Amino acid sequence: MSHFDEAGAAVQAALDAGARYADARVMVRRTEAMSARDGDVEDLSFDESAGLGVRALVGSSWGFYAVPDLSGPSARAAGERAARIAAASALVRGPAAELTPAQPVTASWAADCVIDPLGVPLSDKGDLLVRATAAAKAAGADVAEANYAIWDTRKWFVSSEGHRIDQHIRECGAGVTAIAIGDGEVQRRSWPSHRGQFGTRGWELVEELDLVGNAPRMAEEARALLTAPLCPSGETTLVLGGEQLALQIHESVGHAIELDRILGWEAAFAGTSWLDLSRLGSLRYGSELMNITIDPTFPGALGSFGFDDEGTPAAKRHAVRDGVWVGVLAGRDSAAVAGLDYAGSVRSDGWSRLPMVRMTNVGLEPGPHTLDEIIAATGDGVFMDVNRSWSIDDRRLNFQFGCEIGYEIKNGRLGRMLRNPTYTGIGPRFWQSMDMLSSETVAWGTPNCGKGQPGQIGHTGHPAAPARFTNVRVGVRA
Amino acid sequence: MSDFDFSPGDGLELAARIIELVREVAGRGCEAEVNVRHEAEALTRFANSAIHQNVASATTGVRLRLHTDGRTAGGSTTLTSADGLRALVERTLAAARVSPADRSWPGLAPPAPLWLSPGHPGSDEWSGFPFGFDEATARADPAERAGRVRDFVDAAGGLETAGYCRTLSVSAAFANTAGQALEGRTAEAAMDGIARADGADGVARLASARLADLDGAVLGARAAAKARAARNPVELPPGEYEVVLEPDAVSDLLENLAVFGFDGRAHHQQQSFAELGKEQFDPSVTIVDEPLGGREEPAADLPFDDEGTPRRALVLVRDGVTTAVTHDRTSAARAGAESTGHASPASRSWGPHATHLRLEAEPLSGHGPSAGGPALIADSARPLVARMRRGLLVTDLWYTRVLDPKTLVITGLTRNGVWLVEDGEVTAPVSNLRFTQSYPQALAPGRVLGIGPSTVLLPERWGRSRYGAPALHLATWNVTGNASG
Repeated sequence: MSHFDEAGAAVQAALDAGARYADARVMVRRTEAMSARDGDVEDLSFDESAGLGVRALVGSSWGFYAVPDLSGPSARAAGERAARIAAASALVRGPAAELTPAQPVTASWAADCVIDPLGVPLSDKGDLLVRATAAAKAAGADVAEANYAIWDTRKWFVSSEGHRIDQHIRECGAGVTAIAIGDGEVQRRSWPSHRGQFGTRGWELVEELDLVGNAPRMAEEARALLTAPLCPSGETTLVLGGEQLALQIHESVGHAIELDRILGWEAAFAGTSWLDLSRLGSLRYGSELMNITIDPTFPGALGSFGFDDEGTPAAKRHAVRDGVWVGVLAGRDSAAVAGLDYAGSVRSDGWSRLPMVRMTNVGLEPGPHTLDEIIAATGDGVFMDVNRSWSIDDRRLNFQFGCEIGYEIKNGRLGRMLRNPTYTGIGPRFWQSMDMLSSETVAWGTPNCGKGQPGQIGHTGHPAAPARFTNVRVGVRA
Repeated sequence: MSDFDFSPGDGLELAARIIELVREVAGRGCEAEVNVRHEAEALTRFANSAIHQNVASATTGVRLRLHTDGRTAGGSTTLTSADGLRALVERTLAAARVSPADRSWPGLAPPAPLWLSPGHPGSDEWSGFPFGFDEATARADPAERAGRVRDFVDAAGGLETAGYCRTLSVSAAFANTAGQALEGRTAEAAMDGIARADGADGVARLASARLADLDGAVLGARAAAKARAARNPVELPPGEYEVVLEPDAVSDLLENLAVFGFDGRAHHQQQSFAELGKEQFDPSVTIVDEPLGGREEPAADLPFDDEGTPRRALVLVRDGVTTAVTHDRTSAARAGAESTGHASPASRSWGPHATHLRLEAEPLSGHGPSAGGPALIADSARPLVARMRRGLLVTDLWYTRVLDPKTLVITGLTRNGVWLVEDGEVTAPVSNLRFTQSYPQALAPGRVLGIGPSTVLLPERWGRSRYGAPALHLATWNVTGNASG
């Protein structure tokens, strides 16, 4: 069933009410989520959300209105309302907003999906979580948790410039966590990632994770962490596993290269960026090993799509090439302000939210080494992996991360397990210290990226591989 | 046209229809609970001193939870037509029938009346809910929000500004097959903005149940005063500092205590620091969850939770002693306790959390002046700053994350203005600092040197929680980094 007509009616009504550009998205999203704890299913929900959001440009401001009613009259009223809301902004106006030129596109796109995750019997999915948590519990976890989530989204996009695009995006993922409770502290180990692994794929992704097979090891490691020595404090060589590096990329590169932040549009909440547009193309962000790409075409990654929510076709481009900052995540309005000729990174969290600049798949291109080679080449240092906490300032410079597990590295070998490993630094200084990079890339998914007001949750992907950094401060604690 | 067009009784009628539908489709042995929620949210956002995003939505949603033959499933929809509702019931029932057994099902909330606050300011005759509901806030239009933005921008005196003005109204109803049936409504407004001067930011924010309480000019002037005074900061080395945290910063303490400390599920699993009956905080500390509002404030939230348990004020800490943790029906059943009315759609998975904490202010006696002095200092902080020999005045905290949930060690950064205070005077702005600090330890007996004389209602930055926070004078705060690293 197509919803182009309703979207088109909303767009036309916005134009009739004075908008010089308008677009509308009808989105129907079905979400299924289950969690289990200690061998029992704890929560199961299946949510369906459908509605229309219309965006109208008047003067310097977007007006946006969203309704769940998909009837024609409701759509037209929403379009008119969006234009009126935009017009009310004239009381505090800025320079007239422009959009980078775009070719109107008529297209249909669907993400690859081998096993429809909503088609897998609930009993099978529940059994998986029950068995994973039971296995962790049997192996010594005080608390064992597992979860999966599935999103099945269909979108119909129409713009006043002639776009008509429909997309079907299926995403899912899962994870298991073992918690060990000691005298005065709690330790946790998660597989395969601290919130699970997610992608724009079918249930085959979850089957590949082998939650049940890995759960006992998580429990054993969580328990061992309770008595492991603390991560030492000081400056050292740091080797990060790919999962942690993915979040490092997300926080200290992905958000920093969002053009709306750079332009100050997010200054009051999410913050700005340390990056200055006048240095785009010349600023050294990291070492020559650092090649960061923005790639919504990456197969199966959580930030993949055919077209963004402004109708721009997915395309790969560099954000950092050989350590030099060369690209941003942009939308058509922010790109026009910055004088750039590309956009393509605008998405909304459902029909009731205004599309905004979001990460797609922002990842590190593979390096020449393996993790084993990196460890073998390190005389003295610390290895850390799997995120436990993350914090970074509002300009995306000063970060501190905690990981679930660490190991000392001595004479090219992993040594004792270390508990409460943390590291801290300043973004560009940290990235410039990267001197070894693995080729073992995994596209880690981040299903909980918060941004915007009202708040929006974004799904992003981060291809990453283990890497080594020098002279990093580790072991920060209270 | 108003988005708040959900008439009294509409929600209950819809909920009752769904209960009947459940009985028709699943039979009378099926336990069911239904939440109907109509939300009208509007947010006018400004940046670079101009409105750039102006959004609104009006949504009606239904959430259903079924328990049948020992199995449970939940579901929701925004499709409220007859077909949409029948599909919701059938889908949820089908999910429940094939899901694994739910051994932690706590049963439905029994019929119980709402806790009322008769004569509460803002009361009206609608449905007998005297919790305070401001019709004008619920029906505010874009021009009213834009007017406040204009006042904020103008009061900043030419500094670059950014922020938002928001109005929100919620009308909700609950029904279950045990006979509980409730309805209520609430309205909220909030404004949050910064002013920027030469790379330094100052902030002002305020939440209220009445849009009329939000004065853009007052907030804009405060943010600008802070920004101007924060220019050309000095860098201080890491170490232990005495601090006065302004209300904005204190709200972060309250939020983290609510989520990680007073969560009844985490407490039962020994993942929280909380120990009931133990003096874990300084005797000056009393913390209350106030979903129904307090004193002359209209209700902050609906008068019942997502399981139909009536909400009421809950004292979590009294005179330094931890007295309660928050529960939904599942966590309460596990802990052998009663639900405290903190069920949410996510509470079974993520824990039941308080969302309207207030740290009680201290009377003014024994303090210095609460008015006058530099505009950069919040009223509630002035008497505390006046008696600090050497320490930091901190406006706001940012990006705080838990390193260990049991000790509630948190790392984060300062934001929107930090100053060095010497002999009761602000002597220099300071660049932002990173800290790594156990929050309960910071509030431990003997560590609280003073609490401000007034409470400010503050909106949570991300969600819709609201915190009542005075300023707080603490003996030590562990600074672990600065702008250099």
